[in-house]
Amino acid sequence: MTTVATIDEGTDTPYALSHLDALESEAVHIFREVAGEFERPVILFSGGKDSIVMLHLALKAFAPATVPFSLLHVDTGHNFPEVIDYRDRTVDKHGLRLHVASVQDYIDRGVLRERPDGTRNPLQTLPLTEKIQSERFDAVFGGGRRDEEKARAKERVFSLRDEFSQWDPRRQRPELWNLYNGRHAPGEHVRVFPLSNWTELDVWQYIAREGIELPEIYFAHEREVFQRNGMWLTAGEWGGPKEGETVEKRQVRYRTVGDMSCTGAVDSDAETLEQVIAEIAASRLTERGATRADDKLSEAAMEDRKREGYF
Amino acid sequence: MTSTTEPTETLSVEQLSATTLLRFATAGSVDDGKSTLVGRLLHDSKSVLVDQLEAVERASASRGQDAPDLALLTDGLRAEREQGITIDVAYRYFATPRRRFILADTPGHVQYTRNMVTGASTAELTVILVDARNGVVEQTRRHAAIAALLRVPHVVLAVNKMDLVGYEENVFGAIAEEFTAYATELGVPEVTAIPISALNGDNVVEPSAHMDWYGGPTVLEHLETVPVSHDLAHCHARLPVQYVIRPQTAEHPDYRGYAGQIAAGTFRVGEQITVLPSGRSTKISGIDLLGEPVDVAWTTQSVTLLLEDDIDISRGDLIVPSKDAPPTTQDIEATVCHVADQPLTVGHRVLLKHGTRTVKAIVKDIPSRLTLDDLSLHPHPGQLVANDIGRVKVRTAEPLPVDSYSDSRRTGSFILIDPSDGTTLTAGMVGESFASPEPVRDEAEDDGWDF
Repeated sequence: MTTVATIDEGTDTPYALSHLDALESEAVHIFREVAGEFERPVILFSGGKDSIVMLHLALKAFAPATVPFSLLHVDTGHNFPEVIDYRDRTVDKHGLRLHVASVQDYIDRGVLRERPDGTRNPLQTLPLTEKIQSERFDAVFGGGRRDEEKARAKERVFSLRDEFSQWDPRRQRPELWNLYNGRHAPGEHVRVFPLSNWTELDVWQYIAREGIELPEIYFAHEREVFQRNGMWLTAGEWGGPKEGETVEKRQVRYRTVGDMSCTGAVDSDAETLEQVIAEIAASRLTERGATRADDKLSEAAMEDRKREGYF
Repeated sequence: MTSTTEPTETLSVEQLSATTLLRFATAGSVDDGKSTLVGRLLHDSKSVLVDQLEAVERASASRGQDAPDLALLTDGLRAEREQGITIDVAYRYFATPRRRFILADTPGHVQYTRNMVTGASTAELTVILVDARNGVVEQTRRHAAIAALLRVPHVVLAVNKMDLVGYEENVFGAIAEEFTAYATELGVPEVTAIPISALNGDNVVEPSAHMDWYGGPTVLEHLETVPVSHDLAHCHARLPVQYVIRPQTAEHPDYRGYAGQIAAGTFRVGEQITVLPSGRSTKISGIDLLGEPVDVAWTTQSVTLLLEDDIDISRGDLIVPSKDAPPTTQDIEATVCHVADQPLTVGHRVLLKHGTRTVKAIVKDIPSRLTLDDLSLHPHPGQLVANDIGRVKVRTAEPLPVDSYSDSRRTGSFILIDPSDGTTLTAGMVGESFASPEPVRDEAEDDGWDF
């Protein structure tokens, strides 16, 4: 029998957990609380690094048994093909069940209308919330982190949503010790954020430590991109480039994975995990500031979307 | 487009990986300079990035302000920015080569006592700010009392605005002495007093050039070096069972593991344990730490215990060493902080969540309400309203194994929940509190009790 726990050599307190061990243990506790208290939990899985880490933690939390949750992907219709491929391989590998809520379906049916700016991120809210209602999910895991954005810094680990999936930041339950309150009425659900206390750097260090595979777009590669609103967007059938926008080949990578219409690439030579971590540690821009157009719409863009039911 | 990176003084990957985590909370009155201190800690540890500063500059300019208002960094909600106040706890993150920090940034207003309780419940350290010109005021005593009630292990008194009192040693000395005496009386185990100017950066991250007489650490130095783990040798080992793991697969046909996060102490393979409330005993045959077998595990690791005998155990049970089991009881007396807008009254039927167990309960009595200003007790207040701290007697429908909060913050704490709408009503701490030995004064006047 071996002892694998990390004992921090840098302190004189042998029982202190390293910060990654502490964050991992807390996240696992959250997964197990939900498994113990809810009927129909689901993990929001986009194929992005945060949801990949979430799934990895869930797998560890219930090992050697399987994860007692299904997955839900909100497909904007403008996803990176590498990410969809990763998603499908992961679902197969772990024998999981995947639910898909499709923005394209809603547009084709005329329920949602394409926005003039072409971004589909805000359009995800309706398919997501309707799927939650129709499948009667009562706990929905999201990979949101409080370091991402100042409205998210106010988010609880267990966040109650009403029957319209709305978030009311002024009526949140205080969260005391690690005693999470998951009580909810029929029709309501709880959003659960196991990575609340993680930062972007923590996520990357954990990916490196655990040797977790990621979609290739997170690493530097040559790609055809064009500039719009100060961001490098991938050219493609989703709607770019328009007239006056020119495509060029650049060495780039992605810091976040989202809808192609509003997720920007960053110039980068970082081809390995170690290089990515060094790059992020030196970056003077936040993850969302560097790569997300939708958060720049207004000072309270994230708060407003979250109030409506966005993750 | 420019590159997102530029050469800066940063941490190496190795430095970033070998650190520990410190959770701390800040407390201070409205104008004590809490936002400035938080802003400086974030800024000087390079945790405020260019786009965030630009957003603050834009927002400040659009409000007609000359200089960037650093409070906009931390006030994340529309209502907070409109009113210029902080209404809710926010969690912030920063790192140095030595340690990573989770800061519970709690509002200073009197009516948000519940938010300080929320922030302090998970904190290993609290920074209490005072204005050097005003010294220890009522609000300072409230903050010290809450830190003592919540048993926050380390308290830092940051005497701010030293620049406005000529950096005088005797001003600082008098405040530090008064506060330390008061906090010690409350049972705060450790107070570190630091003279600072958050505005000018004296003793926050860099040592002050204006206060040669001060030989102690800066705020950040202290945060980096304060010990984060307890003396486990004197802790009662406790594991609330969260979930039973039973794969029932060809590979693991007989695996039956009891999963949970160790709330206190250590567990070892071979140890004799007892399951509460049933009282059945057996031995630990194995410990899985997230899929890997280990010989020993300790607080706050999430583990799975395997036991020699197949006894009936389910979510809500508590696994403890047989030689060190807590008593089980249906009558719990506790100090509580009421956190909901609807009041808590005698006869109120509630749910009580303790560890992983939620049981029905009834509020039998509210013997007293505490006045934080002078720590006096108001007898039989009849009810507790939002932000009240008081003593409560609760009868539970099933016996619970509870520890005293002074022994164990995790297994000595509980929350009360309204069964009709799920509201979290009350935060509870089991057992005696520092205020309880005082005789209850029956002829108390009502004036001045509210805080």
